[in-house]
Amino acid sequence: MSLRSSEGNPVTGKPAGGPVDRRLGPRKRKNFLGPQPLGLLFSAPYVIYVLAVLAFPLGYAVYISFHDFFFTAPRVKVERPFVGFENYITVLSDPAVQRSFLNIGVFLIINVPLTVGLSLLLANALNRVTRLKTFFRLSYYVPYVTASVAVVGVWLFLFQGSGLLNTLLGPLAPAPSWLVNSWLAMPTVALYVTWKQLGFFILLYLAALQNIPDELYESASVDGGNKWVQFWNITVPGVRPASVLVTLLATITGANLFTEPYLLTGGGGPDGASASPVFIMYQRGILQGNPDVAAALGVVLVIGVLLIALIQKRLVGGKED
Amino acid sequence: MSVTNAQNAKNDDDASRHPEPAEPALRPDSGVEKRRNLGVGSFILLGGGAFVFLFPFYYMLIGSLQTSPDTSIFGAFPNPANITGANYVQINESINLFRGLLNSGIFTGGVIFFTVIFGLLVGYALAQMKFRGRGVVFGMMLLVQMIPFQLLLIPLYVMIVRDYGLADSFLGMILPFAINSTAVFVFRQYFLQLPSTLFEAARIDGASELRILWQIAIPLVRPAIVTAVLLTFIGPWNEFLWPFLVTKDQSLQPLAVSLANYISNVAATASNPFGAILAGACVLAAPAVALFIFFQRQFISTNIGSSVKG
Repeated sequence: MSLRSSEGNPVTGKPAGGPVDRRLGPRKRKNFLGPQPLGLLFSAPYVIYVLAVLAFPLGYAVYISFHDFFFTAPRVKVERPFVGFENYITVLSDPAVQRSFLNIGVFLIINVPLTVGLSLLLANALNRVTRLKTFFRLSYYVPYVTASVAVVGVWLFLFQGSGLLNTLLGPLAPAPSWLVNSWLAMPTVALYVTWKQLGFFILLYLAALQNIPDELYESASVDGGNKWVQFWNITVPGVRPASVLVTLLATITGANLFTEPYLLTGGGGPDGASASPVFIMYQRGILQGNPDVAAALGVVLVIGVLLIALIQKRLVGGKED
Repeated sequence: MSVTNAQNAKNDDDASRHPEPAEPALRPDSGVEKRRNLGVGSFILLGGGAFVFLFPFYYMLIGSLQTSPDTSIFGAFPNPANITGANYVQINESINLFRGLLNSGIFTGGVIFFTVIFGLLVGYALAQMKFRGRGVVFGMMLLVQMIPFQLLLIPLYVMIVRDYGLADSFLGMILPFAINSTAVFVFRQYFLQLPSTLFEAARIDGASELRILWQIAIPLVRPAIVTAVLLTFIGPWNEFLWPFLVTKDQSLQPLAVSLANYISNVAATASNPFGAILAGACVLAAPAVALFIFFQRQFISTNIGSSVKG
């Protein structure tokens, strides 16, 4: 009885029944916090964690980017004067930073369409076969669960000057080889990341494909639509929300690129041709001790990614959005 | 919307072109045949894909066992004359594989520990308890998953390494990953599926919330714990950038960091650098791959579940 009445308005936590609650003094306070105020206590560790370790640094990053900030020993008080946009000007006029944004642009132009196209194609095929389905799903997913540091080792071995790939290509092998060629280093990194992440995106598409009713394909095949007609007119529009998600996630992970240029091309080589913005953040901020400049670069990068994401949502999402 | 429009348009088009009643009767047959052909095409596509995805792993293992690196086509096949375990010994001499695995295990285990303990608490509260501010906590959990790590990199480094002096410590490594919000979401989803009458009855019987959680709710969501552990595992086990920034002391580095340092610094001095790198790569990859194959059903449902959040 009493439980049901207190349940009256769970979201606002307002007292449900007027006269009954007025008689019970302590109940009223309990109702102010909801029927189970202990929920606040259960949530407290998570909320404190999020505020202290994730939300606060977010604001701190912006603060650092607007001040003359440098590393000090713990608990040393120093002046950190406000410098306005000075760090941003330093960042944007740095040729290495400009180069890294160009690099990440090349990366995204190769990586994102390739990821969307290949994962949809493979998910669509995977959705239709009945035999060996588990094996295929497993094999696509293995690169995704493996540490990039481990897989980078094999790619170095495969793509080195005298590696298996160049042996197979024979006279067609590029010189200088893939990862030390300033034109090919970034595309090779983009190819690597596509390969590494594809399994995850195949699963996203596989889930989305389950929402397309079979009748659509049946009536299309009755009407004589071949597989390409079906693919373009039923599958592609049917998974559009998933395509938006895949595009956004691929862009966000791409913008976070660090491990691959650090290891695959020996620190963004050759000559900065594969340096990513996060790699420059590491170099400027931590190696060279300019956290203020690096924080400004981080802010610029995130704003850039948000802008790209908005444009992509418009393009991929179509008119419905 | 556009699907049905296109569909209708095609139907109209077809009806006007083929008014004969005999036509539709023949069509389903050709449709079936097409689907079978398509099955073969898909199969070839998938087979080619599987080769591209699995070959590097096979090659990793083969390469780690070669006495001298053989990059010819024959090098991709096992050659009894060229097999050795020396690469594993060599990498172990420079980076202590056991210590690296142990550090990776402590780092990953710590993240899993905090995620399971605090994630179960907040997940249960979000699903089955009614309290003021629940909507705010739920919104926070969704928003947190969109925070870009690039932006946190510098402030977290300043705070954890410089201000709190947590460099070269497991706590410093664990802190930014301590409670995985996706796992919190998974817990909430599972708890939400349990009937709320169950908990109301227990409350009427006077059971405390903690007891309800421990004795009723948790035993019913064991699969959720497996899912959350798996999902949380791959993050810190494979993470490179953060532990790389935090640990300078080699005896505390997770295997991913010490192997990466070996690749970028030491490899040049080894007699068979690729063999040694690939041996280390096999050791680093093996636990994650084994776990994934063993629990692949949970892994896959996990990612589909987390994709729904949009």
